[in-house]
Amino acid sequence: MDLHTEPLVLNMGPSHPATHGTVRFLLKMDGEKVLHCETEIGYLHRGFEKQCEAGTWTQVFPYTDRLNYNSAIQNNVAYALAVEKLLGITGQIPERSTAIRTIMCELSRMADHYTNLGASMLELGALTAFLYFVEARELTWDIIESVCGARLTSNYVRVGGLSTDLPEGFAAHVKEVFPVNRVFWSEFDKLLTKNRIFLDRMRDTGGISEENAIAYGFTGPCLRACGVEYDVRKANPYLLYDQVDFDIPVGFTGDNFDRYLVRMEEINQSMRIIEQLIDKMPGGPVNIDNPAVRNPSKEAVKGRMESMIFHFKNTIEGIQVPAGEAYVPTEGSNGEVGFYLVSSGGGKPLKCRVRPPCFALTQAMGEMVQGAFLSDIIPTFDMINLIGGECDR
Amino acid sequence: MFDYTYLPEPNMVPYLVETMAKIIFIFSMNMGVFAPLLGWVERKQSALMQDRIGANRADIFGFTLFGLVHVMTDALKLLTKEDFIPRGADRTLHYLAPFIAVAPALVAFAVIPFGGQYNLWGHKANMVIADLDVGILFVFAVASISTYGSVIAGWASNNNWSLLGGIRVGAQMLSYEVAMGLTLVGIFMVYGSLRLTDIGVAQENFFHWGIFLQPLGFFLFITCALAENKRTPFDIPEAESEIVAGYFTEYSGLKFAMFWMAEFLEMVTISAVLVALFFGGWQVPFVSHAMLADLFGFLGRDWAQVATMLVHVMVFWGKVLFWIFILMLIRWSLPRFRYDQVMNLGWKIILPLALVNIFITALVMLWVK
Repeated sequence: MDLHTEPLVLNMGPSHPATHGTVRFLLKMDGEKVLHCETEIGYLHRGFEKQCEAGTWTQVFPYTDRLNYNSAIQNNVAYALAVEKLLGITGQIPERSTAIRTIMCELSRMADHYTNLGASMLELGALTAFLYFVEARELTWDIIESVCGARLTSNYVRVGGLSTDLPEGFAAHVKEVFPVNRVFWSEFDKLLTKNRIFLDRMRDTGGISEENAIAYGFTGPCLRACGVEYDVRKANPYLLYDQVDFDIPVGFTGDNFDRYLVRMEEINQSMRIIEQLIDKMPGGPVNIDNPAVRNPSKEAVKGRMESMIFHFKNTIEGIQVPAGEAYVPTEGSNGEVGFYLVSSGGGKPLKCRVRPPCFALTQAMGEMVQGAFLSDIIPTFDMINLIGGECDR
Repeated sequence: MFDYTYLPEPNMVPYLVETMAKIIFIFSMNMGVFAPLLGWVERKQSALMQDRIGANRADIFGFTLFGLVHVMTDALKLLTKEDFIPRGADRTLHYLAPFIAVAPALVAFAVIPFGGQYNLWGHKANMVIADLDVGILFVFAVASISTYGSVIAGWASNNNWSLLGGIRVGAQMLSYEVAMGLTLVGIFMVYGSLRLTDIGVAQENFFHWGIFLQPLGFFLFITCALAENKRTPFDIPEAESEIVAGYFTEYSGLKFAMFWMAEFLEMVTISAVLVALFFGGWQVPFVSHAMLADLFGFLGRDWAQVATMLVHVMVFWGKVLFWIFILMLIRWSLPRFRYDQVMNLGWKIILPLALVNIFITALVMLWVK
C-alpha cells in the first residue's frame, strides 16, 4: 500500500524553550529528520546602532554591554580600541590600563564559556552539570564585580583608560579563586568529556567543513574546532596578547564535541594568561594623561579652571574625535568582535557598526542541521552560542 | 513452603476486611505519601546534588517545614489553575488521557507484595492485595496501558509538539517493553515462578537475592525500567528543550498534575518491582522470618507475628525509598539520549544481551542440576 505522506512543517520558536524568544527555525520535517531548516533572526532587534548615533562617544559604552552580555567587557574594550584608533592615541594608553583590559577580557572569556557550556548541558538535560558551571562562573563574576561593581553589564572601559583602577587585593583574590576554578574544571571534565551519552549527543552532530566554515565567515571557537588555527589574539595581536604565552586549541572535525573541547581548553588558557599578567602587573596610572580624552581627576576639576572646562566639554559635547573611519578586530569569546566606526568630526559617532560573531555562525544553522535529527538542533544551536543581543542588535 | 492460594473459607469477613485494609494502605501510601512527597524529595535531593538549598520560601506563619509547605502550595496552585483545552483538540480523548495514564500506575501495585505471610489469630494474612499466579505479567500488562494515556494525549492535543512526544512515547515504550520482558525471563527461570510472593519467599536467603542470581538481568532491567519511567536520560518524550513538554504540552491544572503524578507513581512501582524481584522483597538480610518471629517471641505468638509484619513492611518501603533515591540520582546526573540512540540501545544492545542472559541462565541451571 502506498501511503500518502507529507513533510511536517514545524515552527520552532521564537517562543520555544531552546530558542529563548530570540530566533525562529522554520523546520520541514520527515518524522524526526530535518529536511530543511530556515533560520529567522531579528526578534531582539532594538536599534543599537542607531541609538549609538544619538549619544556622545562615551555614552555608547553602556549599550555595548548589552551586545554579548556574557562577556560585556570584551565589547567595551573592542569599542574603546576603535575609538582610540580614530583619535590616534593607541600608543599612548598607559601600560597598566592595557594589562587590566587584557585581564578583564580573559575573565569575561572564562565567564562566557562557562555560561555557554553550562547552558548547553542544561538543554541536553543535565541540569546538575549546568549548575556546576554556574558556580564556577559565579566565582569569576565575583572577581569582575570586585573590579567594576557590576557582574553582567559592567560598563568598565573608557576611551583612553578605565573607569576605575583595580581594587586592593585583586591579585590575592584571583589567586584564591583560580585553584577552585581548576577543581571545577576537572569536575566538568570528569562529568562530561568521557560521558557516553554526552559523547553520543555531541560527536558527529552539527559538523561543518573547513572550507564552508571559512566561506560562511566563521570565527572563534567554532572555526578553530574545524581545524583552522585562526585567533585574532595571535594573528593580529592587540592589547598585551603578544607579550604573554598561550596556546590556541584547535579541533579536527568541526562537530559539536570539538567545539566543546576547544571552549574547555580556552578556559584553561585564559587562566594562564591572567596568571602571567598578574605577576608582572605594571604600575602607574590607568588613564591617559590627556584631559581632552579622559576627564581630569575630581580634585583637579574642583580646583582648576582648565580642568573644569575639560570636564564640562567632555560631558556635554563629548570627546572630539577627528573625521575618519576605523575598525579594530578583537577576539571575543565567540569569535571576532569589532566596531566599525565612522566619525564626521565632533562629539558623536556618525555610524557605529558591529561585527557580531554569532551572526555568521547563525547563517550556517540550516546547513549544519540538514538531514540531522530534531534533537541535534539543540546542541548545534547551543554550541554556536547565538546571543540575541549581539546578533539582532 | 507456605501455601499461598486462597482457599474458600466459611467466613469471608476477615478476608474482606484484610483486603480493604491493604487497598487503603497502598492507596494512601501512593496517593497520600509518595505522589506529593516525591516532588519535595526531588527538589531537596537535586538541591543537595547541586549545592543549592532547595525549596524553602513558602511558609505558614513562618514555619517552612523544610520546604514541605511547597507541596501544599503546589497542590493549591494546580487545583485552582484554568483547565485549558486547545481549540481543535479532541475534547473527549484530551479529557480521558490523564486518567488512562495515572490509573495503571496505581493498579500495578496490586500484585506487588509489601510483606510476607503471617498467621494472625488463626487468620492467614498475605501482604499483597492480589496474589495472582501471573504476577509480574500483570504489572507489564497494566504498565503498557499507561502508554495509551501518553499517546492519546499527544494525539488529542492538536499540537505538533504533543504529537511528536506521543510518537516518541509509543516507539520508546514498545521497544523497551519487549526488552524488559526478556530481561526478567532469567528471574522466572531461576525462581521457577511468576508469582511475586513466591519470588519474595525464595529470597529469604540473602545470597539468593535476584541481584546475585541475575546480575546482568538486574542491570538490563534497571535500564529498561528507567526507559519505561520516561525520566532523564530517557526523557525524550518530554524533552523540554526539544519538543517543549512532549505529550503534555497542552495540559494544565489538575490534568497536568495527573501526568506528573503518574510519573512519580511509576517510579514507585518500578522501585517496588525492582525490590520484589532483585532485592529480596520484604526480607531482612541474614534474618529469616522465623528468626525475626523468635526475636519478638516475648510478645506472645500472635503479637510476634504482628511485629515481624511491621518490620517486614517497613523494610520493604525502606528498600523502595532507597531505589527511588538511586533513580533520582541517575536522573539528575546524566544528559538525555537522542531518539535514535534510545532505539539503538533498546533493540541492538539490551535485547541481544537479554537473550544472552537467558541462554547463560539456562546453561548454568543445567550445569547446577
